[in-house]
Amino acid sequence: MKTLDSRAWLVLPAGLVLLITFLLPVGWLLSRAFTFPQPGLQNFALLWERPVYLRVMLNTLTISAIVTPVTVLLAFPVAHLMAHGSPRLRRWLIFLVLVPFWTSLLVRAFATAILLQRHGVINSFLLGFGFIDEPLPLLYNMTGLLAGCVQVLLPFVIFPLYSSMARIDPACMRAAATLGASPVRAFLRVYLPLTLPGLMTGATLVFISTLGYYIIPALLGGARQQMISQLIQDQIATFGNWGVAGALSLVLLAATGAMLLLLQLTVGLKEIAR
Amino acid sequence: MAPWRALRATLVVLVALFLLAPLVVVVVISFSAAPFLQFPPPGFSLRWYDLLFTTPAWTNALLVSVELLVPSSILATILGTAAAYGLVRGRIPGATAIMACLMLPIVVPGMITAAALFGIYRGLGLNGTLTGLIIGHTVLHIPYVVATVASALRVQDAQLEQAAATLGAPPWATFRHVTLPLIMPAVLSSLLVAMILSFDELIVSLFVSSARVRPVAVQMWSNLLGDFDPTIAAIATVCFVFALLVLVADLALRAGRSLRPA
Repeated sequence: MKTLDSRAWLVLPAGLVLLITFLLPVGWLLSRAFTFPQPGLQNFALLWERPVYLRVMLNTLTISAIVTPVTVLLAFPVAHLMAHGSPRLRRWLIFLVLVPFWTSLLVRAFATAILLQRHGVINSFLLGFGFIDEPLPLLYNMTGLLAGCVQVLLPFVIFPLYSSMARIDPACMRAAATLGASPVRAFLRVYLPLTLPGLMTGATLVFISTLGYYIIPALLGGARQQMISQLIQDQIATFGNWGVAGALSLVLLAATGAMLLLLQLTVGLKEIAR
Repeated sequence: MAPWRALRATLVVLVALFLLAPLVVVVVISFSAAPFLQFPPPGFSLRWYDLLFTTPAWTNALLVSVELLVPSSILATILGTAAAYGLVRGRIPGATAIMACLMLPIVVPGMITAAALFGIYRGLGLNGTLTGLIIGHTVLHIPYVVATVASALRVQDAQLEQAAATLGAPPWATFRHVTLPLIMPAVLSSLLVAMILSFDELIVSLFVSSARVRPVAVQMWSNLLGDFDPTIAAIATVCFVFALLVLVADLALRAGRSLRPA
């Protein structure tokens, strides 16, 4: 048997901290789903029977399903220019995306709210130029929520997509052209498939992040866009209903895990570490 | 190709505006003379910064944030660096699985972690205490340290450490004089990341904090749920400038790392 290197013990402190202050508490929360207020599956029955719960879960899925393709489409040209532009332009673009990436989510959500308010920057601009007569409702509804999510999540697609694109050998595209493929065909059949690892990684990160979002929907969305994390918070803070909160957490965690599993099966999770 | 390039350039400009315009507007509004969030502001004033640094609720929040981010980021960096070193150099069976477990706090949605800690803390009397906040922030930010330091260790030549050991250096001396200097930029970089993440963290803090022990993010949150006024723009600008400074420091560290001869 291979002897364990003594340095292996260095993992122990972090492992114990993780076990005691993370794994055990989360396990405890999830177990509430089956034990609170009494043992059984009644909490899951409630999730299925009460239209409110079902609506919020569907809402959450729908919002993630809209945010993901929009973010990918907007991220694509930025990553493309980053990968194939001049080194100078690349440095500027990377810095430009890193600045919001490092800025607190709360600050960015607040900033987006100022822009989208009834008398905010966008409405004043549109009114001033006479494009509209009445301020558009942009905040506390689906528009505000989607704008906030896409804004915050763009870097999560731009960076993995960029790293995939930067590794594409330009000879591939030249070969496709030499063999008679039109630029569009070469792009669709050669370039796009080569970006898939980064694209899938970015898309999955966006999807699972949106599933669990709390700050953005609470600040920019309306009552009708309530998402699952807000419901969990509500169940605990307002009703002390740990059973339903546990069941909702389990659903959220299962959805997140399923998406990661899908990514692992298609691209491999190692991509994320890049 | 020209129309495609034009389309790409247009989209990139629009996305850049979408990413940066909100931040610019916040910074500008924080110097506004108007008592509400008007853009463009009617005049220049520093009254909101004055209010920010003289209102006890905000100064206390800033103090709590510092008392929280200093110990939690140092703890996360020490624990995470040790774990990364053990995982990469320790020849542990199942190291990949252990690494994946250590990454869990990033993957699990914040609300679940927050609710779980809040539930456990109730029995321990840790809700509303600085200790409770420090524990929560430490475990949340260990994964970032482990990932950064582990990837720095993987690119370092393990033979340098073997050479030191062969020449008779005890394990601690090898780590202190060979490994640590080589991975120092990554360690400092993850310390910076842990600091900024702790300063910005909201959801766990929201559950675990109290009216007395309330970090900046929570104080901002409670103001945001009421009426917006330019004080929030001022504190948001402070957060933004802090993030910008940390980002520039981190980029400098990374540049130093790649300039160093391999």
